[in-house]
Amino acid sequence: MTKTGFVVANLFRKRTRTVLTLLSVIMAFLLFGLLQSINSMFNAGEDFVGATRLITQARVSFTSALPISMVPKLESVPSVARVQWWQWFGGVWQENTPLVVFAADPQRQRDVYPEYVMPEEQWQAFAKTRTSMIAGKQMAEQYGWKIGQKLPISSNIYPQKNGSKSWTFDLVGIFDGKDEDAKKRTNQAFINYDYFDEANQFGRGRTNFFILKLTDGDAAKSVSKTVDAMFENSPDETKTQTEKDFNVSFVKQIGDIGLIVRWILFAVFFTLLLVVGNTMAQSVRERVPELAVLKTLGFSDASVLGFVIAEAFVLCLFGGLVGLILATVAGAAVSRATGNQFPVNVDLRVWLIGVAAIVVMSLAVGLLPGLRAQRLKIVDALAGR
Amino acid sequence: MFGQAFAITGINIRSIPERWTSSLVIVIGLAGVVAVFCALLAMATGFSSTLKATGREDAVIIMRGGSDAELNSGLDREQTDIIKEAPGIATAADGTRAVSAEVMVIAELVRKDDKANGANITVRGVEPPAFALRPQLKIIAGRNFTPGLRELIVGSGVLRQFQGAEIGKTVRMRGSDWTVVGEFEAGDAHDSELWTDINVARTTFGRTGSSSILAALDGPDGFAKVKAGLTADPRVNVDVVRERDYFDGQTKQFRQTIGMLAGIVTIIMALGAVFAALNSMYAAVAARGKEIATLRAIGFGGLPVLVSVMLEALLLALVGGILGALIAYVLFNNMSVSTLGQNFTQVVFNFKVTPALVIRGLVIAVVIGMIGGLLPAIRAARLPVTTSLRES
Repeated sequence: MTKTGFVVANLFRKRTRTVLTLLSVIMAFLLFGLLQSINSMFNAGEDFVGATRLITQARVSFTSALPISMVPKLESVPSVARVQWWQWFGGVWQENTPLVVFAADPQRQRDVYPEYVMPEEQWQAFAKTRTSMIAGKQMAEQYGWKIGQKLPISSNIYPQKNGSKSWTFDLVGIFDGKDEDAKKRTNQAFINYDYFDEANQFGRGRTNFFILKLTDGDAAKSVSKTVDAMFENSPDETKTQTEKDFNVSFVKQIGDIGLIVRWILFAVFFTLLLVVGNTMAQSVRERVPELAVLKTLGFSDASVLGFVIAEAFVLCLFGGLVGLILATVAGAAVSRATGNQFPVNVDLRVWLIGVAAIVVMSLAVGLLPGLRAQRLKIVDALAGR
Repeated sequence: MFGQAFAITGINIRSIPERWTSSLVIVIGLAGVVAVFCALLAMATGFSSTLKATGREDAVIIMRGGSDAELNSGLDREQTDIIKEAPGIATAADGTRAVSAEVMVIAELVRKDDKANGANITVRGVEPPAFALRPQLKIIAGRNFTPGLRELIVGSGVLRQFQGAEIGKTVRMRGSDWTVVGEFEAGDAHDSELWTDINVARTTFGRTGSSSILAALDGPDGFAKVKAGLTADPRVNVDVVRERDYFDGQTKQFRQTIGMLAGIVTIIMALGAVFAALNSMYAAVAARGKEIATLRAIGFGGLPVLVSVMLEALLLALVGGILGALIAYVLFNNMSVSTLGQNFTQVVFNFKVTPALVIRGLVIAVVIGMIGGLLPAIRAARLPVTTSLRES
């Protein structure tokens, strides 16, 4: 029998125990994967590297709108290729379903977000129809919208000139993402800014966000500084961040959840350590006479230690991998169910941390019983002392 | 039969110290589940109770129709004046009307523990009656703002969670400097806000009217009077909501989100704990195989053996549950945190580990203990006497 075979055979001598321990490990790593990915979402730091788009908002808060008249100034900044603006519409579908709808400039949308694709005539229609609206594929599918429909969408912010908050838009296009990543971000819709600005009661050429498309990713940091310095001490002071940081700061607004998640991780790990550690200790205790026989046959102390740690490792590895796979699947399901508003990506980083955890854990639970097995005195063990 | 069951349970429990490691697995496993469960729901409870404490039953908040939140609402100067004259609004002791038009805007402050990212804070511009309308709000340090000056008073919750708004500090908003001159405490959602004079807020943020109007009612039928008066007026299109209902409504989404998170995490952890408990109890039964067989041989029934194993599992589970609840209480009760509220601004609140929550946690622990004990208990009861006795 090979050494590997020996380890596996030992694991299967108490089938119930192994299976139950394995299931605990799987559950623990499922939770670990999910929580770790949420955790890394909260802990992502400032990152200007390779950013090709920046978002400029009012420094005081993006809810204070900035004037569109800033566009020429923004476009004069070196390395800024094109500027788009998005005004939050506060869209509501039917009774109470909030929608992500922005009022945006049609042509600039196309220039600044090349990852969104749509047939040429639909882009044309978006630009030419006053009351036009385009919706992402995910959103259109979710609500069963078809091109050509007139969609009644109300705003919880902007009344029309006649005081009514019910608006009607013509759905002229449905855009999709160019790649997998962009496809995931099609749960939003855009309406024609010119019409919106003219028809709403307090239209006066303002917007929540400017999106700056850069010619060169290395310039992100300097462009951000230049823009913010340009408007310093004016009533419209700005804050310019990369797209990614902007998203992160959005998530971080949810608050101290990162901290709570770390507490949960700690609780889970502590519990897990105990469960697996106990199983290993038990199994070594039961096999004391056998281990003595192994040593009598000439196996060294070190190889006996190795057997025990290998057993712990096999348990943790198998359980951990299955748990992480489940977490990846469950995370993707959560992302899909929330329309990517709450992206739980169990990505490579989480996997690497998970694998490290598997290794550390196997050592932690295998070492104590392993050392006990290593130190075993043949005579005492065989005598049952 | 119960006599027998208790006798065996007594023996079992006294032998726990000899096999404490595997018993500890159940205790710690359940302590983990209950602690996590209690901590997560204590967050939801704390959030709800902070918001619920904010609203008065005898006051109404008036916003533009269909706004849902103050942030989305906006009333121009003319509408504001019309609404302030609505019927059904109480008169204050000094003869003025108990109504305050308020402007809500958002400023960003940074958290104490996270310097990189700003968090949205409500800045509320108020008229003088605002203070009488919220009698729970007291200035506890410094002084009130002077109308007409760029001065702010800061809620105690903001000071707990965010930096840069301490008394004497300058806050920069829209290209101008504001001095923080006082600290107030209300024990509710207003503790998460900065307050200033409405007119200064209007000029700085380019507003003319107001975001919302808060008014005290002049009697039990005041609500109906305000609502009827404003609905009949074609010049305004507003929603009239009792202040308490407004704040109550804001807790729903948070409670649902946290409830879902707590549900998922608890279920996964509980499954893990059930497997661990099964494991430990199987081990406990196996270790005592000879003992159980002896008991059966001298006349103890199968059922008392089963009951005794179940009781042991339940007891361990309960101990774990209590330990978990204690951990949650010690670590989290009254811990101050903040999260995003309806107005897209931070609401600072404290965790509340309530007795009701602890009881729910313990129920979960007992259920897990029962599931974890049942199968091993059945095995114990069915243990064949002769073979078990013969085993070494």
